Amino acid sequence: MLKHLKHWLKSFSLWELLKGMSVTLRYFFAPKVTIQYPEQKTPKSPRFRGLHALRRYENGEERCIACKLCEAVCPALAITIDSEEREDGTRRTTRYDIDLFKCVYCGLCEEACPVDSIVLTRIDDFFMDKRGDQVITKQELLTLGDKYETQIASDRAEDAKYR
Amino acid sequence: MHEMILTTLWTVVKILCVVLPLFGAVAYLTFAERKIIAYMQARLGPNRVGPKGWLQPIADVMKMFFKEVIIPTNANRYLFLLAPIFALAPALAAWAVIPFSATMVIANINAGVLYVLTITSLGVYGIIIAGWASNSKYAFLGALRSSAQIISYEIAMGFALVGVLMAAGSLNLNQIITAQQGGIIHWYWLPLFPLFIVHWISAVAETNRSPFDLAEGESEIVAGFHVEYAGISFGLFFLAEYANMILMAFLAAIFYLGGWLSPFQGIPVLEEFFAFVPGIVWLFIKAGFFIFLYLWFRATFPRYRYDQLMRLGWKVFIPVTIVWLVVLAVAIKLDLGPWFA
Repeated sequence: MLKHLKHWLKSFSLWELLKGMSVTLRYFFAPKVTIQYPEQKTPKSPRFRGLHALRRYENGEERCIACKLCEAVCPALAITIDSEEREDGTRRTTRYDIDLFKCVYCGLCEEACPVDSIVLTRIDDFFMDKRGDQVITKQELLTLGDKYETQIASDRAEDAKYR
Repeated sequence: MHEMILTTLWTVVKILCVVLPLFGAVAYLTFAERKIIAYMQARLGPNRVGPKGWLQPIADVMKMFFKEVIIPTNANRYLFLLAPIFALAPALAAWAVIPFSATMVIANINAGVLYVLTITSLGVYGIIIAGWASNSKYAFLGALRSSAQIISYEIAMGFALVGVLMAAGSLNLNQIITAQQGGIIHWYWLPLFPLFIVHWISAVAETNRSPFDLAEGESEIVAGFHVEYAGISFGLFFLAEYANMILMAFLAAIFYLGGWLSPFQGIPVLEEFFAFVPGIVWLFIKAGFFIFLYLWFRATFPRYRYDQLMRLGWKVFIPVTIVWLVVLAVAIKLDLGPWFA
């Protein structure tokens, strides 16, 4: 009987509803958590695996020696390499294509590389506006590497002690 | 003859003075809704179009205008296009009797409450016709749900209004307001408190707003009666829904919160201090409170199940209102002060 009365009083006073409304009202004045994307960004780990790049040595020589370990290890078969002997007798790539649609961004190419040439950078907001642009060539990869070298180097240095 | 043309023109001007600001209010109500609900969900809401997002509703309206109006195959063309007009016309017509101040009213008619009740119940035809003319099962189910719901809650709402009529002794909206003269405790929300709550919840159900928005239950019937509408024909339904929301907020303010009366009436210093504020401002503040409640409910409550909705309307609200009508009759008979003295 008392239980019925209690239930009756509770539902007619709209108690639960008012409690719910007090929650939403509290949140109305609470600080907002939205990140305003292009202006603000969330922090990224130095291990972030985004767009690829090919690095160079400090003297400007490209690191890649066309050993094709990355091509062999790539689980998605995204990498295509052709190589040739250069005039100075060293082996270099003539073609280094990565299909960004095939790539699964696993980072195994970076793990396999004996000379730290191919790396995955922090860049995650890239796009292409023409069919076929998803295959990025050796020249584009080297340009990316030149552009972001400081960031790439500092990321590698920061992560070095865990490797 | 000359005089007749002049009065007609004057009436048209008065109508425009109400309808055009109403359209603006609807546009910015959609913005307020998105902002307030976003804030209650710890988000920011639209803030990209124009300074702080203030041009967002303009962008939305432009988009609606330029989108194609699609008429489904096998739909009844004429009724399909007439339905949004049927929905919108009553939502606008009801504003004719709303008193914005003691003198600012388009038509000060004696049967104001009856007029409002009849006109707002016509709004359900727009929904039924839209659902039927669309030749879509979702639209049809939505229309059935919506009409059953509106008819059920109209009864509870009507009974709640009977209490207001008994207390005020008049059907004229301005006389209902003046009968509440004397300060906050004289307004009818206090002596008619249960009716006030029932009236307001029924008003939310009448306008098909959350948590009573089963007519557009996304998960089961896609968008209910307006699935097949696109572009400006959908925009008219939208306009009607929001115009009805604002109307219900104004009606609740008039019936229970003393309309354009100042809340400081009877308080010695504050009454003189706020005497310069015109009545229309108080009315807008009170209606604004109810509009905020609409949005607050939408941010808080999950949608009702259909049988629960019907149970609430028929087995809770109608008995409650009838019981309170008896209590009210006794109170009036005994001249219970300060309201019925």
